[in-house]
Amino acid sequence: MKYADEFRDKELATGLARAIRAKADPARAYRFMEFCGGHTHAIARYGLEDMLPDNVRMIHGPGCPVCVLPAGRIDMATALAERAEVILCVYGDLMRVPGSRGSSLLKAKARGADVRMVYSTLDAIALAEQNPGREVVFFAIGFETTTPPTAVMIRAAEKKQLSNFTVFCNHVLTPPAMRAILDSDDTVEIDGFVGPAHVSTVIGTEPYAPFARDDGKPVVIAGFEPLDMMQAILMLIEQVNDGRHEVENQYRRAVTASGNQRAIREVAEIFELRDQFEWRGLGSIPASALKLRPAFAHLDAELRFAMSELVVADNPACECPAILRGLKKPVDCRLFGTACTPETPIGSCMVSSEGACAAHWTYGRFRDHQRRLAS
Amino acid sequence: MCLAIPAEVIKLLADDMAIVSIDGVSKEVSVALIEEIAVGDYVILHVGHALAKIDPEEARETLDLLRQMGEAVAEVRP
Repeated sequence: MKYADEFRDKELATGLARAIRAKADPARAYRFMEFCGGHTHAIARYGLEDMLPDNVRMIHGPGCPVCVLPAGRIDMATALAERAEVILCVYGDLMRVPGSRGSSLLKAKARGADVRMVYSTLDAIALAEQNPGREVVFFAIGFETTTPPTAVMIRAAEKKQLSNFTVFCNHVLTPPAMRAILDSDDTVEIDGFVGPAHVSTVIGTEPYAPFARDDGKPVVIAGFEPLDMMQAILMLIEQVNDGRHEVENQYRRAVTASGNQRAIREVAEIFELRDQFEWRGLGSIPASALKLRPAFAHLDAELRFAMSELVVADNPACECPAILRGLKKPVDCRLFGTACTPETPIGSCMVSSEGACAAHWTYGRFRDHQRRLAS
Repeated sequence: MCLAIPAEVIKLLADDMAIVSIDGVSKEVSVALIEEIAVGDYVILHVGHALAKIDPEEARETLDLLRQMGEAVAEVRP
């Protein structure tokens, strides 16, 4: 077993689609939010929406770390990268995320800033060792999935006693973002959540319990393969039909109730909660992001370089904030596919392949065209 | 960024590192976040780190369940 191809079987998907049609009550609508960008990408890539009945609608959520990073934090990183002594290490998705006035790390690099794309946090450690005369800063972003690798990197920096290495920490948390979506005055109605796959391998299923218990929302944690998604949607439909609201785990081959305890311990020892953190599209959310604990302050780039917080307004023509909250679809934005494409992104949802706009541009718009032709 | 891929552990190295194979492509990754790891295990790989082991029994059960779900409907609909 390869744990990928088996979960992309067309025949099984057809059977699941039949089961979904049989279970979905035509007299009601089902509105499920897939929180995670990985799921958004899978839905678009495999055309899953075409396999669902019209009354089952998937709403794209804000779980794409690149998409929710506000322009101000990009500007802060850009200013850091432009310092002569700094080598800024970033994950590739970050290079084209728009900051203020059309700026990006890619443009800063073109102007001469030393920005390096890395695959792994450990690549940043190697760069710090190879460049003792430079200040190596790792631009850490992501949800609970990418935080443990940052923790491993910090442990390695400590062990090697690197004095030229720091972290610009932007790690965020899934449950507070789900809470912000549910508590917002202008969010679409949601009948249930498809819970994130790899975030849940780390945090487990327990953190979602309040959404089921207190908010009455079914949650089904799903893997990223198309059959995983289809099964999770079927499980959500069954919960809605039965009037149940529970946390169910479809991705049992990788997710347990208590998650990866070693990763949870490492993260808890190194990071603490920020009071507030600004999210693109969701505003400032309390206790929704992490910073380094005082014991690791010497590795905190914000302290070492006396970085001050920048808050920057998004382009007013860009609908990313509404798209991130499920209020609008990519095609509802007048910039979509004209001024804003993956090559020239105006908004963050067009940058990462997991962003709702990029996924729809790459896969969905062709189906839109087919549908228009058919009608 | 959140996309992660299943990979097979083919060799354990020093300092919590391992060689994994992704459909025949080898890569050196960190296994520092996994409690107990052995050659032959499949892991979820994300930005150069193994995040979780894949349980083969659970994977088989999920596939069996997927088949049953589709077949159940096929049986009741001629």
